Amino acid sequence: MEFRFEIEGGNFSKAGTASSEVKKILKQLNVDPKIIKRTVVSLYEAEVNVVAHAYEGEMNVEIIPDKVSVTIQDKGPGIPDIDQAMQEGYSTATPKVREMGFGAGMGLPNIKKNSDQLNISSKVNVGTIVEIVNYLK
Amino acid sequence: MKVQDIVDQLGLKICSGAAGLNREIVGGYTSDLLSDVMGNANENQIWLTLQTHKNIMAIASLKDLAAIILVKGYQPEEDTAAQSNEEGIPILSSEEETFELTGKIYDLIKRTK
Ligand SMILES: Nc1ncnc2c1ncn2[C@@H]1O[C@H](COP(=O)(O)OP(=O)(O)O)[C@@H](O)[C@H]1O
Ligand SMILES: [Mg+2]
Repeated sequence: MEFRFEIEGGNFSKAGTASSEVKKILKQLNVDPKIIKRTVVSLYEAEVNVVAHAYEGEMNVEIIPDKVSVTIQDKGPGIPDIDQAMQEGYSTATPKVREMGFGAGMGLPNIKKNSDQLNISSKVNVGTIVEIVNYLK
Repeated sequence: MKVQDIVDQLGLKICSGAAGLNREIVGGYTSDLLSDVMGNANENQIWLTLQTHKNIMAIASLKDLAAIILVKGYQPEEDTAAQSNEEGIPILSSEEETFELTGKIYDLIKRTK
C-alpha cells in the first residue's frame, strides 16, 4: 500500500496532519500499538522539520507486510552538517518558533530513537530527504 | 482516576473537549517543549503546559494523552479548542502555577494507585 501527503512549509496550524493520517491507517491495519507509537513520534518530528525549516515537502508512505517505509522529502535550505544536526540540543530554529515550544533540537534524536532505520541525505539550498523504516514484527 | 475527578478536586475550568471527561488518567507529564512531550510522554497521561496553540492538540491526539491542563490562567486559542472538541480530548485551565499544580496532581494520582 502506498500513500502520499503534502506538507506545507511554515504552516504550523497544519503540522502533524500527515502523521495523524498515517497513524489512522496503521491502526486500521491492526499494527502493534508499540510500533504505531514509535512510528508516530518519528513521522511527526520529520513533518514538523519540513514545516519549521523548509519551504514545502511531501511524505510518502509504503506499507508492506513486514515494514512501514516513509520518505519525507522537502525543498528547502538543506542541512550543511548532518552529524551536527543530529546532536541533541542543536537547533537553528528562529526565536518565534522556539517560543511555540519547537526548536529544542530534540527532533532528529527523537526520530533516531523511534525508528529501526534512519537515513538522511541533504543538499544545501536544494532540500532534504529523510527515510524512516520501522519493522512491523 | 478520570479527568472529571481531577477537575472536581482541583476546581479546574473546562475550556473544551468535555466529551472526554471520562477518559482515564494513569499519570502526568509537565513540559512546554513539544519534542520533549512527543518523545517522553505516555498515553493516558495528563499534560501540563503553558502552550496554547493548535499544535498541543496535534500532540495530545498523536500521543493519546488523556487531557491538557493550561497553567496560570492561560486559555486555548480558538482553533485549539475546536480540535479539542472534535477529538474529545479535554483542555482544562487552572489559575495556579506549574509547580504547585504538578505537585497536587502528582499527589492525587499517587493516592488513587
Ligand atoms: N528538513 C530540514 N531542512 C532543513 N534543516 C533541517 C531539516 N530538518 C532538520 N534541520 C536542521 O537540523 C536541526 C536540528 O533538527 P531537530 O533535531 O529536529 O531540532 P529542531 O527542529 O528543534 O531545531 C534544525 O534546527 C535544522 O537546522
Ligand atoms: Mg525538529
